[in-house]
Amino acid sequence: MKEYPVLGNKDTRSGFGDALYELGQQNEDVVALCADLTGSLKMNAFKDAFPDRFFQVGIAEANMMGMAAGLTIGGKIPFTGTFANFSTSRVYDQVRQSIAYSEKNVKICASHAGLTLGEDGATHQVLEDVGMMKMLPHMVVINPCDYNQTKAATLAIADYEGPVYLRFGRPKVPIFIPEDMPFEIGKGIKLVEGKDVTIVATGHLVWKALEAAKELEVKGISAEVINIHTIKPLDEEIILESVMKTKCIVTAEEHQIAGGLGESVSSLLCRTIPTPQEFVAVNDMFGESGTPDQLMEKYGLGIKDVVVATEAVLKRK
Amino acid sequence: MASIAELESLASQVRRDIVRMVHANNSGHPGGSLGCVEFFIALYKEILNHNTDFDMDGIDEDLFFLSNGHISPVWYSVLARTGYFEVSELATFRKLDSRLQGHPATEEGLPGIRIASGSLGQGLSVGAGAALAKKLNGEDKLVYTLHGDGELQEGQIWEAAIYAAGNKVDNLIATVDYNGRQIDGDLEDVLSLGDLEGKWKSFGWDVIVEEKGNDMQAVINVLNDAKSRTGKGKPVVILLKTEMGAGVDFMMGTHKWHGSAPNDEQLADALSQNAETLGDY
Repeated sequence: MKEYPVLGNKDTRSGFGDALYELGQQNEDVVALCADLTGSLKMNAFKDAFPDRFFQVGIAEANMMGMAAGLTIGGKIPFTGTFANFSTSRVYDQVRQSIAYSEKNVKICASHAGLTLGEDGATHQVLEDVGMMKMLPHMVVINPCDYNQTKAATLAIADYEGPVYLRFGRPKVPIFIPEDMPFEIGKGIKLVEGKDVTIVATGHLVWKALEAAKELEVKGISAEVINIHTIKPLDEEIILESVMKTKCIVTAEEHQIAGGLGESVSSLLCRTIPTPQEFVAVNDMFGESGTPDQLMEKYGLGIKDVVVATEAVLKRK
Repeated sequence: MASIAELESLASQVRRDIVRMVHANNSGHPGGSLGCVEFFIALYKEILNHNTDFDMDGIDEDLFFLSNGHISPVWYSVLARTGYFEVSELATFRKLDSRLQGHPATEEGLPGIRIASGSLGQGLSVGAGAALAKKLNGEDKLVYTLHGDGELQEGQIWEAAIYAAGNKVDNLIATVDYNGRQIDGDLEDVLSLGDLEGKWKSFGWDVIVEEKGNDMQAVINVLNDAKSRTGKGKPVVILLKTEMGAGVDFMMGTHKWHGSAPNDEQLADALSQNAETLGDY
């Protein structure tokens, strides 16, 4: 199977911060707002280079979302930065009314999503954000998988007119997406060709899916690995084309089953090609304190979980 | 500049529009709408530098945001009667397929509306953001917002108030429709705001209290006063004392017409108190 060499080890949030700085240089309409988490969001480079276009709003996320909506009126392209939890559940009504319903060109950039936030525990480990955001009409939802893809996604959403939720994370993870791989909103990427099973993964689970595919290959199972970075709008074509061949699918994500990528995929398949599916996702639980690796293992989001789910779905073909 | 008599004549017609729109659907919010007629007419006829050939970005125009979106009838009427869209379209208020949604919205593309409002407390943040965009663009134009007094019970208002004062957003003029009433009763009984003037002052705003919020000349004067205070390092807030239901005697002195529609008889009574000056829609 096709190999993806590890190019380095970096947090996805740094991909956001580096791209934001580039955008600041390229486009003077790009502005950024942050709710007292500038360092955590890696927004310091932008802040230092473009102080007039950086708005420190303090610990007031609701106001940040409203201000971002207001800044679009007058032609600005605002990027908001805070943790995923405070970008979604804390400000859902502000995002719904002032941004999504009002079709404002705001880029909601959310770090520390999911269990890999780690030791801070469940108060900060949002696992419901994709569901909340994908339910909002007009909202695009993107969850890139490594540093390079997060950087490419950040650059791409600046050119897209409309509200976007961009979700990324805290820990250092392998960089494996080539720097020059094109990023197109709404277009999945077939990373590995296979014939027995389709594995669709997003965010931090993409690398784990690739590692699982290697283990499966040793067992004689040929897995097709597809990276869905844009959960909404979903690339239906790439998924349907794959399951027509493999006849079964595993979805993998750092999110609750409810509202996640897996549900979007099952919703598609039940309307088109009913297909056996297994979910690698958190099953109706809050997280807890621990290291990212410990948590991913305990909550069933490890490489072995992708392997087990694949073996289970193959039996249901 | 229109004469006060001309503006008052327009006010009479706007009041007819409001009660007719709400009556036609047996739904809507007449009380606050009637209380803010003078504010809207003064703002759109005498204060705003605006272009009725609507453009969302509003570059080089003054902007207005209605934060208490439920008083949409007065806004729609004044927008129509100042040329943003045909007066006949007021008949579609709250009907299926209308651009005149129950609460203001942008999805249907109604000229004059730049953000959805209805869920309360969000407009001051939006106004602050738009005011900052004007500063970044090097514009000298102003941003106006209107809020209900009950709306100030929402925490986001005070987040925005802290931000705007702390960052010298001095091209922003907020007005509070200080009628002392909300859905459940008198504001003092539901949840008192205490010393409201003192609160805004302590938050760092330049505060103007206007007792005569339903006196056309007084409203024009206070808006001009507010305008003259911009650009001096502080955002400006007007506490505009109005009468909920103003201009329709049986709707005044009570909170009960906040969100209730008049029946046929009550409509006739309300219309008899406000002459048809410019032609009903």
